[in-house]
Amino acid sequence: MIEQLIFYVFAAVLLFSATMVISVRNPVHAALFLVLAFFNSAVLWIMAGAEFLGIVLVLVYVGAVMVLFLFVVMMLDINVAKLREGFIRHLYIGIPVAGVMVVQMLLVVGSGVFAPESLPEPAMPIPEGAANTPLLGSVLYTVYMLQFELAAVILLVAIIAAVMLTLRRREGTKHQDPGQQVRVRKEDRLRVVKIPGRRQADRE
Amino acid sequence: MAVLTELIWTLTKITAIVVPVILSVAYLTYAERRVIGAIQARNGPNRVGPMGLLQPFADVFKLLFKEVILPANANRFLFLVAPLLSLMPALAAWAVIPFSEGLVLSDINAGLLYVLAMTSLGVYGVIIAGWAANSKYSMLGAMRSAAQIVSYEIAMGFALVGVLMAAGTLNMSGIVNAQAGNFLQWFWLPLLPLFIVYWISGVAETNRAPFDVAEGESEIVAGFHVEYSGVAFAVFFLAEYANMILISGLAVILFLGGWYSPFHGIPVLGPMFDWVPGIVWFVLKVFLFLYLYLAFRATFPRYHYDQIMRLGWKVLIPVTVVWIVVLALMILAGLPPWFN
Repeated sequence: MIEQLIFYVFAAVLLFSATMVISVRNPVHAALFLVLAFFNSAVLWIMAGAEFLGIVLVLVYVGAVMVLFLFVVMMLDINVAKLREGFIRHLYIGIPVAGVMVVQMLLVVGSGVFAPESLPEPAMPIPEGAANTPLLGSVLYTVYMLQFELAAVILLVAIIAAVMLTLRRREGTKHQDPGQQVRVRKEDRLRVVKIPGRRQADRE
Repeated sequence: MAVLTELIWTLTKITAIVVPVILSVAYLTYAERRVIGAIQARNGPNRVGPMGLLQPFADVFKLLFKEVILPANANRFLFLVAPLLSLMPALAAWAVIPFSEGLVLSDINAGLLYVLAMTSLGVYGVIIAGWAANSKYSMLGAMRSAAQIVSYEIAMGFALVGVLMAAGTLNMSGIVNAQAGNFLQWFWLPLLPLFIVYWISGVAETNRAPFDVAEGESEIVAGFHVEYSGVAFAVFFLAEYANMILISGLAVILFLGGWYSPFHGIPVLGPMFDWVPGIVWFVLKVFLFLYLYLAFRATFPRYHYDQIMRLGWKVLIPVTVVWIVVLALMILAGLPPWFN
């Protein structure tokens, strides 16, 4: 009873914030609503017993991806009014695309493939009361090893591509070379000169 | 009814954690000023109360009675919410910290992941504060902080992967129990490079000297919280110090054997110290790290921004990646006394 109540509260906040993401005027507010949406879906996952996925959603999407998102959105000077100008004009493309997507989703979800009784047998026997983090790990690294490695390689390629896109040598920048800084010795920079002080000179 | 009693019981436990944490924050600020004073050969606060011991309360009351000034073009709601956003995760992460055997609010399985997720949320307070204040200095501080925290989180995450491999569990009490024994059997020794990387990234994550470019008094006045005053500023302050204590506590749990006595299991010395409760050892070890924080602040000059990035990406992350491989080999070989 209480659990159901909590579920509906979080689900309502999730739907609300998801709607706000596409309807608020300020892009920074939109990004923050997206954070809220991620957070609420993480709670729903944890309530469904997927604690690992829930926490990782917060860790990866809220803790890292959205921070970079905000970082970029805050730096850009986005004129929202201009972005919205085309809303009505492009509606005749938008509505059919949205309609096709809704129909596709209905066909996939409504066909009962995802119903609990029609799911395939688990690849491994699930021990009673086991934590799902080690279970997920043991399945990922044995049964789905190939797929897992493939996903990792695809991500690596994306990283290398992103680095290559931004890597360019500019002539004439005055950046420091840490290697050279470390190799500097006192003798190269500093010369100690003995200068007789006046008093000492007077005495002599 | 049973739900209500459980709720009240949980609230009591939360109070029993939060109140000591806030008191520790108050006296950490006092200790900081006294320790840095001693290092710099001056007195530090010594007027309010005996030896200045009431100074933190004087500061709190001063901040409470000051006016909270809202900058004219600030985003009102986000400006006021930002301090809370930085305090909330700093306190929430304490839920899974085991202070002693069984003395933990919530003994969840994925404790380590939870802590990592919570500490990664703290950056929102900083970014939102910097943006909402609508000031150039705040914005610069927020940008620096965001880039720095995201970079060092990777190194910290990798260091924690090492701990996870060595302990074989994500549960915080389980990690401490995996280190049961004297100080040579704790994880700091086989995981020494990861321990150092963790500590450096911990200092960077809390925006403390020598990585405090987000505040950078000498170039961007006070960075992200330059526009804050009164209580709103006090909440930022509270969050920063609560985070320091949290990072120190985590270092103790992950690398220094949590509540175990350093002489645990040694023939003569061990039984001599058996009467000391575990929480005392835990707190003593936390003090060690807190002192390091203060000593760093008093002795190191602030890093360049580019030097911080270079250290994080080109030094710390490669070190962790290499040591994770070495660690895997040590575990495979069953190296005594840690992995047999």
